[in-house]
Parts: sequence; C-alpha cells; structure tokens
Amino acid sequence: MKLNGNSNKYPPVVAGTREWPVVQLAKNRKKFVQDVVDSTIRSLERHTNGKGLIEVLESAVYKERLRIKQNPWKVDPPNEKVFYQKIQQKLIDFSGNNSPENRKELEKILHDIIWSYANEIAGNFNRSSYRFARGIATMLFARLLNAARIKGPMSFFSRQLDLDDQIHVIGESEHIRNLARKGTVILVPTHFSNLDSILIGWVIQWLGLPPFIYGAGLNLFNIKIFAYFMNSLGAYKVDRRKKNLLYLETLKNYSTLALQSGCHSLFFPGGTRSRSGRIEDKLKLGLLGTAVEAQRFNFQYPSNDDPQKIFIVPVVINYHFVLEAPTLINDYLKIEGQERYYIENDEYSTSFKIAKFLIEFFTKGSDISVTIGRGLDIVGNYVDDEGNSLDHAGKPIDVKDYFLSDGKVTEDPQREQQYTRILANRVVEEFHKNNCVFASHLVSFLAFEMIKKMNEKLDLFEILRLPEEDIVIPYDEFKRNFKRLRKRVYKLSDKDKIKFAEHLSGKTDYVIDFGIKNVGTYHTNKPLGKNKNGNVITHDLNKLYYYHNRLEGYDLERYIK
Amino acid sequence: MTSRDTSNRPVGVIGAGSFGTAIANILAEQSSVILYARTKEKVESLTVSRQSGKQKLHNAIEITGDLREVADKCEVIFPIVPSQNFRAMMREVAAYLKPYHILIHGTKGLDLNIPDGLEINKRNPLSRDQVRTMSEVILEESNVVRVGCLAGPNLASEMAEKQPAASVVASHFDEVIETGQRLLKNDRLLIYGSKDLIGIELCGILKNIIAIGAGAISGLGLGDNAKALLISRGMVEMIYLGNALGGNTKAFIGLAGVGDLVATCSSSLSRNFTVGFRLAKGESLIEIQESMEEVAEGVNTIKIMKVLAENYRIRAPITETLYKILHGKMSVEQANLYLMKFPFRADIDFL
Repeated sequence: MKLNGNSNKYPPVVAGTREWPVVQLAKNRKKFVQDVVDSTIRSLERHTNGKGLIEVLESAVYKERLRIKQNPWKVDPPNEKVFYQKIQQKLIDFSGNNSPENRKELEKILHDIIWSYANEIAGNFNRSSYRFARGIATMLFARLLNAARIKGPMSFFSRQLDLDDQIHVIGESEHIRNLARKGTVILVPTHFSNLDSILIGWVIQWLGLPPFIYGAGLNLFNIKIFAYFMNSLGAYKVDRRKKNLLYLETLKNYSTLALQSGCHSLFFPGGTRSRSGRIEDKLKLGLLGTAVEAQRFNFQYPSNDDPQKIFIVPVVINYHFVLEAPTLINDYLKIEGQERYYIENDEYSTSFKIAKFLIEFFTKGSDISVTIGRGLDIVGNYVDDEGNSLDHAGKPIDVKDYFLSDGKVTEDPQREQQYTRILANRVVEEFHKNNCVFASHLVSFLAFEMIKKMNEKLDLFEILRLPEEDIVIPYDEFKRNFKRLRKRVYKLSDKDKIKFAEHLSGKTDYVIDFGIKNVGTYHTNKPLGKNKNGNVITHDLNKLYYYHNRLEGYDLERYIK
Repeated sequence: MTSRDTSNRPVGVIGAGSFGTAIANILAEQSSVILYARTKEKVESLTVSRQSGKQKLHNAIEITGDLREVADKCEVIFPIVPSQNFRAMMREVAAYLKPYHILIHGTKGLDLNIPDGLEINKRNPLSRDQVRTMSEVILEESNVVRVGCLAGPNLASEMAEKQPAASVVASHFDEVIETGQRLLKNDRLLIYGSKDLIGIELCGILKNIIAIGAGAISGLGLGDNAKALLISRGMVEMIYLGNALGGNTKAFIGLAGVGDLVATCSSSLSRNFTVGFRLAKGESLIEIQESMEEVAEGVNTIKIMKVLAENYRIRAPITETLYKILHGKMSVEQANLYLMKFPFRADIDFL
C-alpha cells in the first residue's frame, strides 16, 4: 500500500534534492553560523553608532538574566546562568575603562553571545531524515483527517484518502509552483492556531514544493519527538522571550543570509497567533525586512547574470473554529483591559497536550480552507508566472530599479525600512482579499454586532460582561440581516475584496444552522446556539467576540438594520 | 556648493508656470535642467524668448515638449502643474517612469478621484477615499515610490528676484529629502526636511483657503487686527481639516504651515489672495477666473473641503462662508458680519 499516494497531488517542483539550498546550508552549517555571526556584528556596528558597545552588552545581559530568573524553560541550556553571570562580572570590571585591550575583550564577549544565539537558532536539516519525517508527517496528517471525516476509528486504515474534501487549497497553486522554480519564495500566512505550522507544512508538501525553512517557537523543541520532526523539516528556532537587540539582530541576519543563499522561507508575519481573532492588520517588520535586504544584496552582489528574485506569497488559513480561542481571547482582553504584564507562556509543554490537541481537532472534523495568494515582489507589486514584477498599469518593471541611486545599487537602510512598510501594507491588503468567509464567521459577526446594537450605550467591556442568559436575538431579524450581509459579501467578492466558501451560498436557514453548529463544535460553552423557540442565543460572549473579529475591517456592520 | 552637481544627469521640471519656472531657475544654478511645457506654443515661445512670464530663463535650462525625454534623461523630476491637470499629466508620463525615479512635486491642491459608476450622494457621501493629495496621485498612477513634496512660503515672484527664502522638502524617504536639499539649497534658499509628507502637503493646500479670506478682508478695506483674527482662526481651522485628512498637527505650526500662511495672507502677489480681494471689490468668481493667467488652487480646495467638513462634522466656518461667497450666496460684507458673530469656543484646543 502506498502510504501517501493520493495526498501528493502535485509532482515535486525540483526533482533532485541535492541542489536544494537548504541542503547546502545544512552541509556547511558551521560556516553558515560563522557567517551569521560576522554579518550580525557588522550590522550591529551600523545600528549602535553613538551608543557604546558596553551599554548594548549591559542591556542585553540584564534582560537575559531577568529572563533566566523569571521565565526558565526546560529547553534552555543548563550553563546559561553561569555564562551570563561571568559576563556580568566582566562588564562591571570594565566599565569606565576605555583601553584598547578592554575594547578587544568586549568584542570577544559580543562575539561569544552572538555565536551562542546563532548556534541555537540554526536548524539541523538532514536530507534523509527529511524524506522520512515528511513521509510520516504527511501520512499521519492524512490519516487523522481521514479518520475524522469518515465514521469512526476504523477508517484510520481506510484506503480512500480524499483530502480535497477536508482541506480546500484554493487560489494560485500553479503560480506558486512556478515562482519556486524562478526564485526564492517566502510564504507569509495568517496565524490563528498552533495547527497552522503543521497545516502549512502539509500544504507545501501537497503542492510539491521543495522544503521551506521556518522559525518555530523554541518551546516546541522541548519535546524530543517534535524536535526531531522540526529539525528534519527545516525549522530554525525562534525564542520569543529573548527581546534584546543582540538576539533580534542575530535572528534577522540568519534569515537574510538564508534567503540570500536561496532557501525558501516561511514567516508568520503577525509574529504570534492573532489573539483577538482579527486578521493581522499590523505586521512585524523585522523578519519581513530581511526579504527586502536579501533582495538588495542579490542585486548588489549578483552571483551570476540573473540575480535571484525574492517573491512574497501571502496565504490565508480559515477554520470554522480555533481550538485555542478561549485562551487567546482572554489574553487579548487582559492586554486591552490594561493588564499589560504578560508572559510568553508555554502552553504545549508536553507531548500529551499536543497529541490531545491534534486528536481533538481532527476528530471534531471541520472544513479548513487555505488560500494561496498571488506572489508579490519586495515592494508589493504583483508578479506574473515568470516572476516579472508588474506595476498597477500591468507594465513590467525591473525590481533592481528600486535600489538604484544614480545608476548604482546602493544600500540605504532607511529606504529599505520604508519598502518593508509598503510591503507589509500590501500583505495585509492581500490577507483581507484572500480571507474566505465561512458560514460560521458570518453568523458570529452578525450575532455580536446585533448584540452591540441592542446595547448601544455600553462599551465593549460592559457588553462582554452582560449575563449571557439574558441575550436573545429573534430569529426572523437575524435571518433578514444574515441575507443582507451575505449579499454584501457577494458584492465584495465581485470586487475581489474577499472570498467566500461554497457552502455559504446554500439555502439561508440551512447555512445559518450550519454556521451556528460549526462555530461551536469544540467549545464546551458554545458561542452560539438556538433556544427552544428557534431564536439565537449565546453561551459565551468572549468567544463570540473572538469569532466575530474575523470579519472586522470590511465595514459590514453598516448593512445591519 | 556653488559647483555643478557631480552627477551629470539633468534634473527635470514638469510645468513652466511661474512657480515651475522659478524652481527650474533655482535648480539651474547647480545642475542642467530640462523644463517641460505642455503646449507647442509655449515650448516655442520659451525657446525663442527664453522668458516665462516675467522671469528670464537660466542658460542651463533646456526646453522640451516631450515627457518621455524628461523621464529618460532625468532621475529626479519636479512636477509642478495645477492640480486639475496633475493626474492627466501623471498618466501620460507614467508610461516612461521607472522605480528609480524620484519625484518631488510642488503643487498645492487636491485631486478628486471618483471611480466610474460611483455616484456621490447622501447615501454615498464624499470621503477621504475620493480625495487625493498630489503625492497620492503619483503613487496611484505610476510605479514611482520615492516621492516628496516641496512646500513653504515661496512666492514665485520674490524667488525670481533672488530674495532670501526657505522651503520644506517632505518625504518618507531620507534620500528624497537629501536629494531635494542638495539640488535646491543655495545662499538665499534654506531647505528644511520633514518626514510628514501628507501633513506638509496639506499645509500648502489648506492655507490657500485662508489666503482667499485674507484677500477678502483687505478688499473690504479692513485693517490688520481683522486680518490677524482671520489668520489665527484660520490656522485652527486648517489644523482641524488637516487632522481629518490624516495630517499631524506638528506640520501646521512649522514653516510650511504657519510660515506659508502668513506669507500668502499678507502678500498681494499671491493668486489666492487676489481672488479674495477682487471678490470683495464686487467681481464675480467667473469674471475673476477668466481674467487670471494661472489657477488659484484655493477655489477648488474650498469646494472639496466644504463638503468633506460637512460629512466629517468638523466645524469649518471660514471654509463654509467662503464657499457661500464663491457661489454668490453671500456677499463679503454679510460674511464678515456672520463670522464676527460665530460662537468660537476655546482659542487653542488642538495642542
């Protein structure tokens, strides 16, 4: 029996594996880490002009010691505490002394810290274990989905693997395959659930794309089996607790260098999962900026006549429900409600928790849609299948021109920052265009907005504190408004401003029921339900608010009467 | 800084009106300049007489009627054409523009961009979505991203006389600001830089409203007390309107804001001032416009801003009153009485 036969929908883009840049990178890991260290030190010199090296070190060491004390993780190296203690002592001895020997010592400390970061971040890609891990992961995924869809546990062994039913990959599939041949692709998906990384991994595989490197939360490496899979699949490690300048620079340089050497990459540009349930509207510019920097570098120091182009491909993932919704929205409300102190937590600390999470998700069976957007260049112009950038008028343009000044490619960090901002705005725009409306999204949005209208004088927090049992939305009114909203969604979709799932266009009563049922499948306190008289009720306003947020920003509320 | 610019590419100026010519002459002190004029007649007359209006053309200026030539030969271009023609001009030149171009415009007006099929009415009121500054027009119509604007108290005729002045170049890009400074700066022209592109553009645009008002006050023969009242209240109104369009308050209290406002409101050389002055003398808007050689941007700005202010519920009594005057629904004297009775609240409430 072929285990992953049917799931491999597209043939691989590149047949041989030896040419994969990620393989080259893993082979020369030691050299690559050293390159990252060197380039990080160079870029730090540029960033910290004016500020003394010792201040930068002091601030970083202070933050690190605080982190070690307040938020230690199992995966942290055991000698970390002593390492920073020693450095701290040295820094105290050095302060106020500007001799050249001291300067040298400081540079060595800087080098040591950055080297430890670069080494921690760097992945351990292995070609043969990639094949193995990929096979296992795909198979498990396919089996799980299958088990969920068909009746009962026996179907785990069923031979019909028809994933298309469950996961709808829509949008520009052929286009992204073409781009992967023509240049370096950066996938930038929306981020709602921990499941996203696994799902995207599967999509990459399903589309026949070569491996992508991606930053995975360090906490996931706590678990041996996970660490094995992630290493094999091209992950590098990102530690969100480390927010000091040295670490962030090392991370950025790692990404830039990997892109320069042609590794396809995956970033979640929102940084973390969307806590509010809203589609990301502000992106983290750090990693996105590495795309711009790497593109300029490729033009500035071309390795051949045809400098490698970098393509950014937005991806939107839609679920009916997000398992982590309760914790996410509570975090969000805490932060919004002025409880600013917030620790990056490690909610998936054991294999058991993760397994439980996955099984629950898949046995609850639910549609997932993954929209592949059109590729963009580093300032957000659409690219065609050949990888040519097109301006708004459809005229082909040379991306190199964006970096020219007086006829030469020049390095201008402020300019690149600005390009990153333009790119980020374009990605957000594409996210909204490629968002796929499910019935569950629309009923949640409508219900919460109607509750808001019924309580016009209350602010958000007052509404969320309303006793759920007092809230009843008459079904007739709900249905009438649902039709209006749906019409509006169709209109927006005609204008290419949003997408919608096929199931949305069914009979109104059916679609509403389908939506209400799906938004609540998993949660014990269902965000939406119907009472005996068939009117719409809620059991959990926070969660309802969370699902409602998905459709914010389209001005839909104007169409509710 | 008196030597010629090291890069041998010429600098382009699109539009040979009085301000465009003044800027071309300043640029020509350091660089070779290609000056574009739209009509064949203008190109010919400029080439033959080497004179544009009252200004003599610098020797380093070459005249052309071909936008493609400007785009091909120049990396830095200063488009300075009336706002009503700006979008059409951009559409034409866009075909030849590349992302390496830097565009610094000097047009102090607004563009109305209403897509085909969209009707502006009560249900679909005019909003910021349909109103564009010139930098936004450039971004919409071309692939150029390195965009900036030039604003400040720069009365073309005074600049032509080589009197001292200062100006602001605003852009999101440091390199655009630096380029503008490098090309324009000389012994009698200071160039400040700003990152608030929209804010600086709005300063130049909105001050034209108040300039028309100031002209009207002079036309009525009122004194400096009245004018000072108008200027300071006008400043507050500019800030409210500017904030609503996405500008920061800071820009308005700088050279391009209060600086330009004072200059245009005190000088009979300003076109917008002249419009107000002649209105107060009893002429109608049509009569005035027919006899003026160049466009007074303020007239169009008042029309747009009046509607926007209503839709955004901003108190803009000066703009509204001027709107009525322009449309013959109120005389300047009546307007004066009306404004003197207007219940302004606090003096300063925007800081």
